[in-house]
Amino acid sequence: MAAYRVTPALPRVLHAFKHVSIRSRLCVTASRAQYSTVYDSSEQTFDKILIANRGEIACRVMKTCKKMGIKTVAVHSDVDSSAVHVKMADEAVCVGPAPSNQSYLNMAAILEAVRQTGAQAVHPGYGFLSENKEFAKRLAAEGVAFIGPDTHAIQAMGDKIQSKLIAKQAQVNTIPGFDGVVQDVDEAVRIAAEIGYPVMIKASAGGGGKGMRIAWNEEETRDGFRFSSQEAASSFGDDRLLIEKFIDDPRHIEIQVLADKHGNALWLNERECSIQRRNQKVVEEAPSTFLDPDTRRAMGEQAVSLAKAVQYSSAGTVEFLVDSQKNFYFLEMNTRLQVEHPITECITGLDLVEQMIRVAKGYALQYTQADIPINGWAIDPYKSFGLPSIGRLSQYQEPTSLTGVRVDSGIQEGSDISIYYDPMISKLVSYGSTRAEALQRMEAALDNYVIRGVTHNIPLLREILVHPRFISGDISTKFLPEVYPEGFKGHQLSAGERRELLSAAAALFAATQRRSQRFLGNLRVSGAQQEQRKWVLSVELENESHTVTVSRSGSTYTVEHDGERLDVSSDWNLASALLPVSVNGSPRTLQCLSRNAGGEISLQFLGTVYKLRVLSELAAELSRHMPEKVPEDSSSILRSPMPGTVVAVSVQPGDTVAEGQEICVIEAMKMQNSMTAAKMAKVKSVHCKPGETVGEGDLLVELE
Amino acid sequence: MYSQSAIFARLSTECHKAMAAFTVAKYSRFLCKLRTPYKSLVPVVNGAAFAVPQPNLQRYARWYSISHLSVEERITQKRKAALIGGGQHRIDAQHKRGKLTARERIELLLDPDSFVEYDMFVEHRCSDFGMEADRNKFPGDSVVTGQGRINGRLVYVFSQDFTVFGGSLSGAHAQKICKVMDQAMLVGAPVIGLNDSGGARIQEGVESLAGYADIFLRNVLSSGVVPQISLIMGPCAGGAVYSPALTDFTFMVKDTSYLFITGPDVVKSVTNEDVTQEELGGAKTHTAVSGVAHRAFENDIDALLNLREFFNFLPLSNKDPAPVIECHDPSDRLIPGLDTVVPLETTKAYDMLDIIQGIADEREFFEIMPNYAKNIVVGFSRMNGRTVGIVGNQPKVASGCLDINSSVKGARFVRFCDAFNIPIITFVDVPGFLPGTAQEYGGIIRHGAKLLFAFAEATVPKITIITRKAYGGAYDVMSSKHLRGDVNYAWPSAEVAVMGAKGAVQIIFRGKENQAEAEAEYVEKFANPFPAAVRGFVDDIIQPSTTRKRICRDLEVLSSKKQTNPWKKHANIPL
Repeated sequence: MAAYRVTPALPRVLHAFKHVSIRSRLCVTASRAQYSTVYDSSEQTFDKILIANRGEIACRVMKTCKKMGIKTVAVHSDVDSSAVHVKMADEAVCVGPAPSNQSYLNMAAILEAVRQTGAQAVHPGYGFLSENKEFAKRLAAEGVAFIGPDTHAIQAMGDKIQSKLIAKQAQVNTIPGFDGVVQDVDEAVRIAAEIGYPVMIKASAGGGGKGMRIAWNEEETRDGFRFSSQEAASSFGDDRLLIEKFIDDPRHIEIQVLADKHGNALWLNERECSIQRRNQKVVEEAPSTFLDPDTRRAMGEQAVSLAKAVQYSSAGTVEFLVDSQKNFYFLEMNTRLQVEHPITECITGLDLVEQMIRVAKGYALQYTQADIPINGWAIDPYKSFGLPSIGRLSQYQEPTSLTGVRVDSGIQEGSDISIYYDPMISKLVSYGSTRAEALQRMEAALDNYVIRGVTHNIPLLREILVHPRFISGDISTKFLPEVYPEGFKGHQLSAGERRELLSAAAALFAATQRRSQRFLGNLRVSGAQQEQRKWVLSVELENESHTVTVSRSGSTYTVEHDGERLDVSSDWNLASALLPVSVNGSPRTLQCLSRNAGGEISLQFLGTVYKLRVLSELAAELSRHMPEKVPEDSSSILRSPMPGTVVAVSVQPGDTVAEGQEICVIEAMKMQNSMTAAKMAKVKSVHCKPGETVGEGDLLVELE
Repeated sequence: MYSQSAIFARLSTECHKAMAAFTVAKYSRFLCKLRTPYKSLVPVVNGAAFAVPQPNLQRYARWYSISHLSVEERITQKRKAALIGGGQHRIDAQHKRGKLTARERIELLLDPDSFVEYDMFVEHRCSDFGMEADRNKFPGDSVVTGQGRINGRLVYVFSQDFTVFGGSLSGAHAQKICKVMDQAMLVGAPVIGLNDSGGARIQEGVESLAGYADIFLRNVLSSGVVPQISLIMGPCAGGAVYSPALTDFTFMVKDTSYLFITGPDVVKSVTNEDVTQEELGGAKTHTAVSGVAHRAFENDIDALLNLREFFNFLPLSNKDPAPVIECHDPSDRLIPGLDTVVPLETTKAYDMLDIIQGIADEREFFEIMPNYAKNIVVGFSRMNGRTVGIVGNQPKVASGCLDINSSVKGARFVRFCDAFNIPIITFVDVPGFLPGTAQEYGGIIRHGAKLLFAFAEATVPKITIITRKAYGGAYDVMSSKHLRGDVNYAWPSAEVAVMGAKGAVQIIFRGKENQAEAEAEYVEKFANPFPAAVRGFVDDIIQPSTTRKRICRDLEVLSSKKQTNPWKKHANIPL
């Protein structure tokens, strides 16, 4: 039996003591969630629920539990012992070491935690054990409720081939294709020709874009078949493949369904998730700009009939591909609460977790289809994609004080984004009565979101939101590759924006200079000195130098550049991570990431971080005499800084590492020291292995 | 000390070995010039590299002797000559080397229009080797001195002028420096020296040596009275290095500044070591290896701008309180990140800078000696606008243990803070002193005692936070309650004990069967803040996220702290 460990008594006491501030903070967030339904507290429910998950979804589920007066139990791995979800729960049980297959996927340990804490139900969240029929079965055997669908539904929908067959029988539109496992390459070619190119070859057990290939001709089919089966075998341990027609330029629209154990099922409208990158969703919105009420109803009804066909209970999602003619095809059904469920909650006012708990308790749904509204518009750009960034969140501030903004997160300032789990930082949802309002609020929310210490995708998200194609709703799953064929390289400034940025930087510099002279209670400061009101500055941005004149009146700095004048005013709080300014009367939120004595200022403007250098006229004039520095490149070699033992090596040759990513751990003086990459690069060679003793200056890892 | 003859000449050749051939050529001419009069008594008229080349000045020199000009005109011309130092082509050469001139540096360092120059008309008094010739006289000689303001606050400055005789130190040069240092002492204002000098003025002989000594004496007398800062912006060799060494802070400019007692040539001839100027005494060497310099900056401009910023942390003299600047950061700000910064595994490292930046105003921390003895972190921050000195063990490097270098680094910093009324905040996570022959032979006992001495002697407000380990003698040393710590806090993760569990159990329960059980018992008893707290050795166990709030409140209370040590001529710190 796998080992488990209840967190020792002393740290628990400390956790309880640490709770206070955290809880109150989360309550604020909870009260802002846009649920229009009121929870009926007289209804009998579970006393205690164990949440078999971590991060934001664990916190999300706990919030509803708290609202319903249900005690919560968190499970956690040992690296997560001070995570937010652990602090938030009433009880916490450690279920194993960091790797998820030894902790969050460790059924035996989790079941033992259930027994020990006496939890009556388990909410699996998403990922991990959420769609694991074995887990649901074992819980049922223990007499513990699984907050999710029955084992039967999980099994039926978990297999892509079987689910397609069931969908077909339930009169759901399916993509023309072969309904079964493809045996070999020749069969694949034959089927592909029957369906007509292009075709999609994908793993039967797959998900997340792994083992998925598109073929436009016979040759590609042969290659694709081979690669996909290899990938499927290595990713899922199951090399069965299927082939179906590939819908070119489709939209990805999914229907949220909610069903009870009494044969009732509802559709809670759609979510549009077309903005994807390598089949990973980037931005979702509800409702979709594309659907008309008839299509929506048709899709909803088909989704409901599929749910009924498998006696589905609880919340689930039916994914469809929709082509330009509004033909829709069933893709798959996710038998869990989805990451992006908050946008559906925003527009329908329902608390899906509450509904899931009710359904699991055996209650019938309180609503009929006619009760389900679409109120306003909700947008959820989530997921840090691209480089998984790990590290410590040195500063973190959620924009929850803004109207119509919801943040679901499981982290706080000081949290570590570890290599072991999904690096998703949070889910940011904006909500408005119209799409334009929701978009505008999202822009503000992104500008006001402070994340320091790890890289994130706010620059890209913000760029997508203001893209004309996105605003007009002209999107498909190909949006990103079409709009950023070379990859996203940060916001490109227009002339007006550039001027705004220069002015803000110059004004910030002047405000900083002014503050440097404000000594309090010190009589030995020159009295004769007039407070400076005028500065001639040189601002360097993207290798271009601009001369600007700044003059101050009150807290407004008038910046003149190339004959144009901009008034920049603010309260110039130099301690705040946010820098709200008004430029010629229109508000903008910038963030100052850093500024130093040498005049270097990093400003986040329109989502992207710009490095500027502001110097006085004199310093700028004299800079031309300064020698060019050739940066010394010692970053590609990692040497041991001390004699010690290698405890772990986290990389292999060929891996790509991000700046600051852990490469190996060396133990010296009974202390573990994490060696990190000094730059983003590919690992060229590894010269150490765990257990080995290294001397000071020994070569550990070479980067390219 | 200065017996290495022709330091100046040697430097001229060594310094610029790497530079373009023509520079070297010019330098050898420069060299010849110095020596020619010595060898033959025939003065060289043409080709004198450092004689002022401007024809009008040549002319002026003639007029001067026959008094054609009115006094006003002479004043104007002298001033004009003083402003261009060694002349335009020497200025160009200085620029080409990536360096600014003495005056440009002062202009950047001080507030606009605040510089008041002294002794612009002082000239050297040497009459040997043809030095008495008019063309070898430069108004102001090879240093610019005066006073001015940095962000409105008074400062005395001297800036050595490499364009005049390579910035070499004449009697007059030393006298000018002494004058500003004396006045700085009288009024109580810091002195900043911008060093860029080839060394002693060989032509002046003992006069030049006397000048150095005059400066050294003033450095010593000013020490602890007014802050003294040296910024090395060019060569600084031989005896000249001792002036920066006596000041409170020595900063360097990367790639263009050097500090050494003897240059690579002498090193080669004496010890047969092959070493470049940069390796021997460059910024990297002194900030990372020798610990002579406290920090290095990218170039002249970066250095001067940083110096302005640094100056804002300092009081003007030992009679002034630590400065308080307008602060926008709420003093009661909570830092949730600190609740999780100390890892649960006691063997895992974390970055002490995360804590320091977390609690400091605006996350600002001016680190002193960031690349030397990295197992201790020292530097300046502000708490609610008030300057504080921060000392912290760095668990990330060598587990944060105290060794010879870190003890000395910490001790010197603590003593500076104490001398200038800057409260000291100490973050403790120390597993002990570093064991081993290297340390014992090196005198860890003597050097560790310095840190102990410094903390014990300090009478400024002292606030200590034990974040994790405080083991053994190192616990006592790190500003403990017993050394008159005013407020001592422990975080819940603190462990104050003689040693870690494993080692302790091996001694206490030697031979006992169940070591693991004994270890657990020890951990239960000692690996927590209670043993220290029940004895009052820590005043409170605080939630880490409230640390800033607590410190700011305590500093407010302690701002009126008055404590004096028993009368003594001076203490006898174990040097």
